[in-house]
Amino acid sequence: MHTGAEILVKALERENVEMVFSYPGGANLEILDYLKKSSIKTVLVRHEQGAAHEASGYARITGKPGVCLVTSGPGATNLVTGIAAASMDSIPLIAITGQVATSMVGTDAFQEVDVTGITDPITKHNYLIKDVNAVAQTVKEAFYVASAGRPGPVVLDFPRDVAKASSKIKEVASIDLRGYKPNLKGHTGQIKQVIRLLAEAKRPLILAGGGILGSESWDELRQLAESQQTPVANTLMGLSSISLDHPLALGLAGVHGLPAANLAIQRADLLVGLGTRFSDRLSCDVEGFAPNAKIIHIDVDPAEIGKNLRVDIPLVGDLKIVLNQILEKLEPVQHQEWLAEIAQLKAVKAPACRAEGLSPITVMESLAKVLPAQAIVTTDVGQHQLWAAQRLSHRRPRGFISSGGLGAMGYGIPAAIGAQMACPKDLVVAVTGDGSFQMGLPELGTAKEQKLPIKILLLNNSYLGMVKQLQDFYCGQRYAAVQFTDNPDFGCLMKAYGGSHYLVTREEDLSQALADFLADPGMAVLEARVAYEENVLPMVLGGNCLSQMEGIEENL
Amino acid sequence: MKHTFAVLVENSPGVLSKVAGLFSRRGFNIESLVVSETEDSSTSRMTIVVEGDNRVLEQVGKQLNKQVDVIKVNDITNEETVERQLCLIRVSADQSTRQEVLQITEVFRCRVVDIGRKSLIVEATGDEAKMQAIIRSLWPFGIMELVRTGKVAMVRGERNKGK
Repeated sequence: MHTGAEILVKALERENVEMVFSYPGGANLEILDYLKKSSIKTVLVRHEQGAAHEASGYARITGKPGVCLVTSGPGATNLVTGIAAASMDSIPLIAITGQVATSMVGTDAFQEVDVTGITDPITKHNYLIKDVNAVAQTVKEAFYVASAGRPGPVVLDFPRDVAKASSKIKEVASIDLRGYKPNLKGHTGQIKQVIRLLAEAKRPLILAGGGILGSESWDELRQLAESQQTPVANTLMGLSSISLDHPLALGLAGVHGLPAANLAIQRADLLVGLGTRFSDRLSCDVEGFAPNAKIIHIDVDPAEIGKNLRVDIPLVGDLKIVLNQILEKLEPVQHQEWLAEIAQLKAVKAPACRAEGLSPITVMESLAKVLPAQAIVTTDVGQHQLWAAQRLSHRRPRGFISSGGLGAMGYGIPAAIGAQMACPKDLVVAVTGDGSFQMGLPELGTAKEQKLPIKILLLNNSYLGMVKQLQDFYCGQRYAAVQFTDNPDFGCLMKAYGGSHYLVTREEDLSQALADFLADPGMAVLEARVAYEENVLPMVLGGNCLSQMEGIEENL
Repeated sequence: MKHTFAVLVENSPGVLSKVAGLFSRRGFNIESLVVSETEDSSTSRMTIVVEGDNRVLEQVGKQLNKQVDVIKVNDITNEETVERQLCLIRVSADQSTRQEVLQITEVFRCRVVDIGRKSLIVEATGDEAKMQAIIRSLWPFGIMELVRTGKVAMVRGERNKGK
């Protein structure tokens, strides 16, 4: 006979879990006890939100579900932001929460919260495991649900008495969920339509989203683009699905999209959306989005098709499979005129106001020049995130890790930790700002303890720059609650965490500082004191469509 | 327009709150929702009446289908169905009006299930139109209390089980 906790840990081993990002408490004692005896590494974090983001960073670079384990009550509620972020970005995550004993559930016991109730809207599925005999099967099911079809977070709420109860370890049956059978293969009739539209198009454009990364179909994406001589724009989540060094790559589209990407969308006569939600950050004014284009939407989640945007050809399926189905039947074509027009659009650079002092854009462009192709970049949320999205080359598939849909500040540092744990030999750079950095600080303790050589590029302008920018545009430059008038000494802070601190305030010192920073053997921060006046441009203001970009002349 | 969805779900705890939560957070309007176990104790059937335009209704179906606990979703609005709801009406009826109220209940083939000194409880079953008609007819006498189940529905004729 084995206890529920032991069965749980053995089930995790069977799923080839390498590590669990974890914080202990009264309700997960038994699980941690068995984890210690297992082949799985327990990574002790400093705050549960960090555990969820770390598991997410791990999942995003490996493609395997990330696992975090916390206690009941506050342990579980502290996970919520991380679970929501994973849900918005379709990241496979297994969050295990300890729970009070089943006999106490519903009594407002100490450290009891209704975890399944709280996480219903932000999970793909969740389970309250009440029967020790169901543990092994439920874990297997959870991993399946988290990864199959459109990935997402799954919560396993694990009461303490179930962890202590005993059962025989049973053979787990293969997964057959009558309520969840994602359609992976594309409908052949629809595929014919796609091929017909591609053949007819004069100005085709691919919009590649995070689904390309989730389905590992970046090679197929490149083949499709090359065979059809079709430019590729990216959503924020789709960045790194094609390197921006590729001649057909246009980079980020959307509110802060690059001029070429946004204008190509507006001028295209065929838009092929691959694994994207057509979110509001991308489409801006939906009515005015891609006004001349027929729209093909391929996604594994049928509910995304037609949700935000009218679609001409819906096609449900896993992109890896569907793109191969399409590629089999596709004839190569040329679009010289269209590509010549695209080349002109690509010459339109994203503008910068180039304020006095060190420009954050210069810093990002300098980083782009020296960053190795295999480097992994994580970001927090704000101006720095978008400059990184716009200016870096994104050469490693999955190598750009950022909180897209939820836009959760405090994501970058723990995500870097998760990615570095997964890829110990690779260079991991967290790009952050002074606002976001201070939301992710606790996890520096985790990085220190795990001896992780993460590199943190801190763009410090003593402002919450993105909100300041919004106040520039929407509040007549009346700044409210956006200035940090007395930021901490980040050098002292790094000293406390045993890392190096490099400071740069002048452009002429930048390349040396960057070189020293990237060559540092341990954890290091490069603090760039940058001009707060710089805004992320272009910017599509609320209600405008993609061709109306602040900072860019209309009617180019 | 109103649509009726017949939704087969796992008979597991939390499934009702998952479905109800889905409707509220996506801003879908539930007109009525009935849930009970089916002939197979591992499944429950929800009959949900929703109001919305085609786009909303398409999303309702897709979002329901996406739930792991939801086994099958059928929009049975345009199918030939038998639909019923049950209504209990406490209607005021003293000596002077009792006969008239009883006549009305007879016309509608309702049953009187309780008689007080000044009121009756009438049990009515039928489709939405019949319910409306009964309520309209009893209204002038004074409806003191009214409870209704939502609508349950079944497609007519032979049919494979929704699996």
